[in-house]
Amino acid sequence: MDILITGLLLGGTYALIAMGLNLQYGIARIMNLANGEILVAGGFAAFWMYTAGQTSPYLTIFVLAPVAFAVNWLIYVVMLRPLVKRAKSRGQLEVDAILSTFGLSFVGVGLMLAAFGGDYFNYSYLATPVTIFGDNFGLNRIASFIAAAILCAALYLWLNRSRAGMSIRAIAVSPESARLVGIDVARLSAFAFALGGAVTAVGGALLSAYLTLDASTGVIFTLKALIIVIMGGVGDVRGTIVAALLLGVIETLVASLIDPGLTLAAAYALFILILLFRPRGLFGRGAA
Amino acid sequence: MSILSLRNVTKRFGGLVAVNDFGFEVEEHMVLGLIGPNGSGKSTTLNLISGALPLTDGQIMLEGRPISGLPPQDIARLGVARTFQLVRLLPSMTVLENVIAGAVFGHRRRWGPEARAKAEAMLDKVGLSGKGGLRVGQLTYIDTKRVELARVLAGDPKVLLLDEWLAGLNPTELQTGIRLIRALRDEGRTIILVEHVMDAIRSLSDRCVVMASGARIAEGTPKEVLEHPDVIRAYLGDDDA
Amino acid sequence: MMSTTDIRTIAIAAVAIGVCALLPLVDQGYWLSIGVSIAMFTVLATSWALFSGPTHYISLATAAFFGIGTYVTGSFYESVSFWLLLPAAAIVGGLLAGIVGLATLRLSGVYFVIFTLGLAELVRQVITWAQNMTGHRGTYVLLDFGSRSVEEVIYWTLLGLAAIVYLAGWLIGRSRLGFALRIIGDDEEVARHSGINTARAKVLLFMVPGAVAAATGAALAPRYVYIEPALAFTPLLSFQVVIMALLGGAGRLWGPLVGVIPFTLLWEVISATFPNQTTLLLGAAFLVIVYVLPRGFVGLLERARARAGGGA
Repeated sequence: MDILITGLLLGGTYALIAMGLNLQYGIARIMNLANGEILVAGGFAAFWMYTAGQTSPYLTIFVLAPVAFAVNWLIYVVMLRPLVKRAKSRGQLEVDAILSTFGLSFVGVGLMLAAFGGDYFNYSYLATPVTIFGDNFGLNRIASFIAAAILCAALYLWLNRSRAGMSIRAIAVSPESARLVGIDVARLSAFAFALGGAVTAVGGALLSAYLTLDASTGVIFTLKALIIVIMGGVGDVRGTIVAALLLGVIETLVASLIDPGLTLAAAYALFILILLFRPRGLFGRGAA
Repeated sequence: MSILSLRNVTKRFGGLVAVNDFGFEVEEHMVLGLIGPNGSGKSTTLNLISGALPLTDGQIMLEGRPISGLPPQDIARLGVARTFQLVRLLPSMTVLENVIAGAVFGHRRRWGPEARAKAEAMLDKVGLSGKGGLRVGQLTYIDTKRVELARVLAGDPKVLLLDEWLAGLNPTELQTGIRLIRALRDEGRTIILVEHVMDAIRSLSDRCVVMASGARIAEGTPKEVLEHPDVIRAYLGDDDA
Repeated sequence: MMSTTDIRTIAIAAVAIGVCALLPLVDQGYWLSIGVSIAMFTVLATSWALFSGPTHYISLATAAFFGIGTYVTGSFYESVSFWLLLPAAAIVGGLLAGIVGLATLRLSGVYFVIFTLGLAELVRQVITWAQNMTGHRGTYVLLDFGSRSVEEVIYWTLLGLAAIVYLAGWLIGRSRLGFALRIIGDDEEVARHSGINTARAKVLLFMVPGAVAAATGAALAPRYVYIEPALAFTPLLSFQVVIMALLGGAGRLWGPLVGVIPFTLLWEVISATFPNQTTLLLGAAFLVIVYVLPRGFVGLLERARARAGGGA
């Protein structure tokens, strides 16, 4: 029970991060491998605001989100749009995007190392225990979970109910047809990429409330987010949430029953099973 | 015995039935014209034969042996070769290398000088003698179609699937194209022709199958089917306006 | 059948490798260690490009295969001859690559990149865990080659491996498999409809860099003396190999070499003077590849040659 709840709490934040990546990959068609660095940068921001100004991470996110949005929008317009324009095929864009976001990711790590050094950073916020079903959980975990859940729900509603959300989902299904019905694909792609970055950065700030991060852990989170997106199905919000919760629980299970050093191995085992048996994601129809 | 036969072939995309309990037989040395209005399921049928799409139901046999369910590479090796509606060439290779690709990996496999000689012969056949050294980017539209045809022929396929091979050609090119396919027909090749150009269908095909909404509505000689009232209705619409 | 140009190419390559083999007689210190690095990256990047050049699948699995190779040597060098461990490591690496390829190469390129990116970390976690269970941490590799220094022997071994890789690459380039891979790289749909078993061709070719990287790891194990998972499976290696191969140009057999030499030297200088800035260098190198040199130095050279030739 203890494991299940800890896993679900972790999975809630994973869901948010994976939603960010899903917006970027499903709509803007950019496999953003610098996603994890955006996350760590978000965590850094929360850490800095807390240690320097005693600001709660749950308030920081309101400043962080628009800043991260602007930064990611710039990244898309300056670096990625030229690649979209020059690509002759989907495959070429894929390779270019992978290489350039790897570049970004390393530059990000390099800059963060230069700015903050290679130390782990963590801070103690809302570390008071709360009892659920007889077990204790940190209040910060619960608060982060609730914040992530609210954001996920808001994103879900926005994508499914609003006009802009509908347009974005139309692009995810077919960019060519979306263009034909008068959707400004180029503008909305940039928007989706920026929004995805903002969501990821907020996810990082929420995680930093209870996880220890350092400048070079970004890649681990990129991997996990990718695994969740593929498991849940590209462009599938519901699948993403289920996959994230599943991953959170399985990781916690392996960490507490076998060895904490094997969490990524566990995520990978899950990933391989999905690739072999459900290559279109948990809720995808048919084989790829 | 028929060389290729389709029986009760059905293809569904989600709720949409693209091909519905459809079938026909192709005899050896026959040119079969497969016609029908846009969206009637012709190209889907071709994709089912070549293995590009899996069938939902039914069976496709080559020389009495089921090929439905096999991946495209196996179907190609067994002797069914196709061209694509939108020409697909290999952009990093020369014209000759494009055709050698067909000679090396097709139904009858060759290698080295033998493959090269075969490819050159096929370039001659389609009217591209001496252009083997060109990059595919340097070709005119009809020449790209010729390269694709030569690549397909180089594997000595038993059945040739031409997907709107004549589409997009100007009137002069069209005459050249029709002559080229007639030459293939005179060699005794077995061809399935998906076409919109009625002149070509009339002058090239031995038999015609007409599709509408995924089903067969008529079959016979080109003259018979083009005069068939159902066919006229399918092309012109139901009302007599 | 070999044409005179073929014979000349082989002769030039043999002489070049022969000249390189003389390096340990000139210097036993700094330059020999640079030589080992260059030879290692040449072997790794060239074999990487054999697969990734034509298929455009970016493999980040080098570190995983390399690490497994070092562990093959580390675990068995006391009971089995070093020279038998190299082919043994190659077989293990090749088989693992085959399994990975079967699981991932049927799918899109993105899945493949992601999978290979985490593979080294996966293997590292499993080995660390296994070591924790059995209670020992690292492994000593103490090999003695008599009158020859360890560094020298490793260098010559790597040169030998380089010769094998070049020969293999040359033969694959002339084979049906190599031709099939070029077609797949151009248009996989056409490849399938032309009768090519694309999945099998990709898996077969992916086994080559897997085997080579494992053999390289096995050869380098004595240099580290003490191997532990974090060292053997450093993900950095995978990225360095990708950068060097692409910087040189993955479309030609000799392309990666053109990237390996300058990048290894640059890396040595940067890591000696600004040890904290190597990640920045990696990042910058990726960006240069994408935005400035999409076809590598080789592309630059060929364009210059075309301009010189076409201007007349």
